Amino acid sequence: MDFISILSIFVLACFVGYYVVWSVTPALHTPLMAVTNAISSVIIVGALIAAAAANVPGAKWLGLLGIVLASVNIFGGFAVTARMLAMYKKKEKK
Amino acid sequence: MHRLLLAAPFALLATPAHAATGEAVNPWVALAYLVSGVFFILALRGLSSPATSRTGNRFGMIGMLIAVVTTLLTQIPQKTGDLANSYVGPDFASLGEILIAIAIGAIIGVTIARRIAMTAMPELVAAFHSLVGLAAVLVGWAAYLNPGAFGLLVGDGIGAVSKVEMGLGIAIGAITFSGSVIAFAKLSGRMSGSPILLPARHVINLGTLAAIIVFTALFAMAGPSETMPLIIALTVLAFLIGFLLIIPIGGADMPVVVSMLNSYSGWAAAAMGFTLGNTAMIITGALVGSSGAILSYIMCRAMNRSFISVIAGGFGAEDGAGGGEAREARPYKQGSADDAAFMLEQAEKVIIIPGYGMAVAQAQHALREMTDILEEKGVDVKFAIHPVAGRMPGHMNVLLAEASVDYDKVFELEDINSEFAQADVAFIIGANDVVNPAAKTDKSSPIYGMPVFDVDKAKQVFFIKRSMGGVGYAGVDNDVFYMDQTMMLLSDAKKMVEEIVKALD
Repeated sequence: MDFISILSIFVLACFVGYYVVWSVTPALHTPLMAVTNAISSVIIVGALIAAAAANVPGAKWLGLLGIVLASVNIFGGFAVTARMLAMYKKKEKK
Repeated sequence: MHRLLLAAPFALLATPAHAATGEAVNPWVALAYLVSGVFFILALRGLSSPATSRTGNRFGMIGMLIAVVTTLLTQIPQKTGDLANSYVGPDFASLGEILIAIAIGAIIGVTIARRIAMTAMPELVAAFHSLVGLAAVLVGWAAYLNPGAFGLLVGDGIGAVSKVEMGLGIAIGAITFSGSVIAFAKLSGRMSGSPILLPARHVINLGTLAAIIVFTALFAMAGPSETMPLIIALTVLAFLIGFLLIIPIGGADMPVVVSMLNSYSGWAAAAMGFTLGNTAMIITGALVGSSGAILSYIMCRAMNRSFISVIAGGFGAEDGAGGGEAREARPYKQGSADDAAFMLEQAEKVIIIPGYGMAVAQAQHALREMTDILEEKGVDVKFAIHPVAGRMPGHMNVLLAEASVDYDKVFELEDINSEFAQADVAFIIGANDVVNPAAKTDKSSPIYGMPVFDVDKAKQVFFIKRSMGGVGYAGVDNDVFYMDQTMMLLSDAKKMVEEIVKALD
């Protein structure tokens, strides 16, 4: 993809992010941070490519380390978000 | 066996073109990443209300699954030379090794997520940020060392634009990493929460920042053979500035810092997305980047401080900047749990204001019990939460949710502030600066201009505090202590609430 197409996606995504995040209720700001953490670990894509194309000895381990780090974040981030969100329930009746 | 499994989707994808070979990228692959990005948008969209949030989280997981599986299907070679990818070295990681790496991360991640106490959420988030930052640095370096695999080769070197993106990605990732490590250390009490001020720190910081920019530019312009020392210098300096930026920032400013690092982790992912031309990474990076930036803005606004002044650091370092003179001992009224219980029972409307002290004392469960009893007795109980209560945005809401307080009873500052005039009791537990009227009246106060709760309008104020000695984080005295209608309940927050519960029974 050429730079301008990528830049267009980026700029539009910033606007989407701006409006979507303002509509997040303040009560859920902590889960918001946890889930953004998890999704920003989509950087694992880069680590996967790095591990699978290691052309210098040892480079594979850099990639694999990146995969471990990002996976901790992905699984930990989604799991902790799910755990928090499960608490936000209305009481059935008191 | 798994070669066969991999072959099926490949056949479906028609031409398994590889970005690295310079061929046209398979449109299906690009589409898959786009779909994954859209799922991430939906994940954040779901958080607009607790009812839709759980579905949103599931969308996030689906998006991640799509991104990872797509990459695995299209990028993982089976043997050297597969996929006509001449950039695959002899020592590449096999699918098995990659899955093991993912499994290790999954076990660690899920274990932490299950065990972590809700009060420890800020440091967990900081720790997770540091991992994103470090992963970005690793990916950036991997791309630098093997540009062919990432489709970055132009002639015999990396294109200048790619190098700028790469340099930025590594720098932002490194800042995110070291900054988050310090934030984690401060939040978890492994390091003093008070600001550490180096002499001439502004000069040092600005100098380091300028050096990073200069090195990035040099790195982009340098020939293929001379880039190595530049990228090393860039990485080291970026790690350094991360440390330097966060050490002078005090504990009460941590909500801003955590949000800011959240934002950085997003920009790091976006920069890597630019380098790899990956839509999922760019969309996510932009979402996370704006999310963190908006949260930082909300936090700064709630403290009436500019972002610059928070980043410059040192807040709370000088003792009580404005009202620094020795505090005279003023008369105040002290009450017991029995007194408080009696008056709470008589009340029609009670507003509870929790703060960081409630989290420290783990008083949220006892508080919920007290709320239940009062409600049974027909008292209207509401919770009022200041945006900067706690150590990260929304911290108090999570703790109250953990204690199964109905989220319909929890209100934000601007929604509830007008109700104090009708409240019989304002019940302050572990908060201080957010109820300090000096923010409205005393221009010399360091917290002047910060929006605060109008607790002075309530008929009665109960103030749970460990002792009269300590002042709030900003180091200023609070007139609320000495008001006629205020009763100080001096005790550990949890113990006091438990005693009130006992007295109510």
